[in-house]
Amino acid sequence: MGYSGFRVFWEGLTGNRGWRPVWREPEPKARYKVLVIGGGGHGLSTAYYLARNHGITDVAVLEKGWLGSGNIGRNTTIVRANYFLPGNSEFYSHSLKLWEGLEGELGYNVMHSQRGLINLFHSDGQRDAFVRRGNAMAAQGDDAVLLDREGVRGLLPYLDFEQARFPIHGGLLHPRGGTARHDAVAWGYARAADARGVDLIQNCGVTGIRVENGRVRGVETTRGPIEAESVAIVVAGRTSQVAAMAGLRVPIESHVLQAFVTEGLKPVIDHVVSFGMGHFYISQSDKGGLVFGGDLDFHPSYAQRGNLPMAEHVMEAAMTLMPVIGRAKVVRSWGGIMDMSPDGSPVIDRTDVEGLFLNCGWNYGGFKAVPASGWALAHLIATGAPHESAARFRLDRFRTGRGLMDEEGTGAQHHLH
Amino acid sequence: MRLTCPHCGARDRREFTYHGPASLLDRPAPDAGEAAWNAYLHLRDNPEGESRELWYHEPCRAWAVITRDTRTHAVHGSAAP
Ligand SMILES: Cc1cc2nc3c(=O)[nH]c(=O)nc-3n(C[C@H](O)[C@H](O)[C@H](O)COP(=O)(O)OP(=O)(O)OC[C@H]3O[C@@H](n4cnc5c(N)ncnc54)[C@H](O)[C@@H]3O)c2cc1C
Ligand SMILES: [Zn+2]
Repeated sequence: MGYSGFRVFWEGLTGNRGWRPVWREPEPKARYKVLVIGGGGHGLSTAYYLARNHGITDVAVLEKGWLGSGNIGRNTTIVRANYFLPGNSEFYSHSLKLWEGLEGELGYNVMHSQRGLINLFHSDGQRDAFVRRGNAMAAQGDDAVLLDREGVRGLLPYLDFEQARFPIHGGLLHPRGGTARHDAVAWGYARAADARGVDLIQNCGVTGIRVENGRVRGVETTRGPIEAESVAIVVAGRTSQVAAMAGLRVPIESHVLQAFVTEGLKPVIDHVVSFGMGHFYISQSDKGGLVFGGDLDFHPSYAQRGNLPMAEHVMEAAMTLMPVIGRAKVVRSWGGIMDMSPDGSPVIDRTDVEGLFLNCGWNYGGFKAVPASGWALAHLIATGAPHESAARFRLDRFRTGRGLMDEEGTGAQHHLH
Repeated sequence: MRLTCPHCGARDRREFTYHGPASLLDRPAPDAGEAAWNAYLHLRDNPEGESRELWYHEPCRAWAVITRDTRTHAVHGSAAP
């Protein structure tokens, strides 16, 4: 079903009776070539690129809830390519290029808005670090502009520049950074995958993984057993539980990350603003709500809700940065379960079980990764070789110590991220 | 969320820092080899449900092994390591 301005107009005139479900709801078959466990952003994009790039359409996505019920519908939607380290740098650069063509590719409005992202700095040392990061971004072929204090003031006049603790010295502007509509990304990939023949199976929780002689044979689900040649685990915060079904122990801790949104307001924040020193970032949704968040609650959790201390911390940071926000009312807060890896970078790799693949470790940053992650995992499943943009996302880097990607420079251990 | 310190009783979560699973107390021998050290440093059971964890109580500077449910955040037990 195509979308157009004319179509919306026509349906409006004819009582909106012409709209149809945009994907099928098939019964699971007994056997598929590839099974993708998890119908979040990464699972859906993996299925789509298996069909689109490799012609593999005998694929099912198995989702225990409804499509998009996980983190893909809970994040704060920031899309950027401002990473520093080799490995992350080329991967997120590739992802941003895919984002830039995504709406045409999927025939779906994901409301990708390149409104610019500004990372603030507050000291000479921090400025030097951002100059270095900006140079790395430019070397990767992406965009970065150093702003001095007046440059930031011109774009973000509502910030408190004189605050005593963290006076604003400037910022690094990433003009191609921005936001997108998170659910639409899930729906767009789902619809496009379905159109290419992928079966999207909702309310189908995977309860077991069948392994024989070191090779994956299929899965047990709440809707019966399904055989497959290849199985990909793409379940974000539930990675440990699903990997354990195949006898694997993975380098993941599941932590809760909160987000907050205010009532809808007139346009006030035109960019994405990141206040790293306060662990705070904010943007304004197209509906007008101020969408903001902070850091993890810093303890393992599967509760999908956070605690008061971090909520208070985030509000304090908001008031420090932009006292004007004190007039807005917060209407909702929520939490999502993050798959935290020891070095803060992801894994797209094979496992020790033949035919079983692992996509995890997205920490708090996996939304922007959705296109390139699916692209790379589909490539790995279809060709047996890692895609060049994700070749460093190896599972064994923790064991060997080679190729760790500790973007924050704090150490490659769980309690440091 | 309130956590229990074995010395000070139930206290606000803000007074504590999470370090990792209680299995971090079982440090491998220096020569235990790559697999053992990888398992110790990086691999996690990451349980959904009852979890035994190592927390630090800042005011009294003592470590505590706290048993918690990661689905509900309820605390079921606390002991000195
Ligand atoms: C509050 C918050 C803010 C964030 N902000 C950003 C941001 O601004 N920018 C950014 O880039 N990233 C952000 N993220 C991170 C991003 O949302 C995640 O990294 C990403 O969505 C994870 O990948 P996913 O979409 O595939 O996960 P999910 O949508 O969680 O998909 C995993 C799916 O697996 C399913 N599943 C689990 N177990 C099973 C099973 N046994 N059988 C079948 N299915 C199963 C789940 O139901 C779920 O639907 C944020 C996250 C949160 C929580
Ligand atoms: Zn104490």
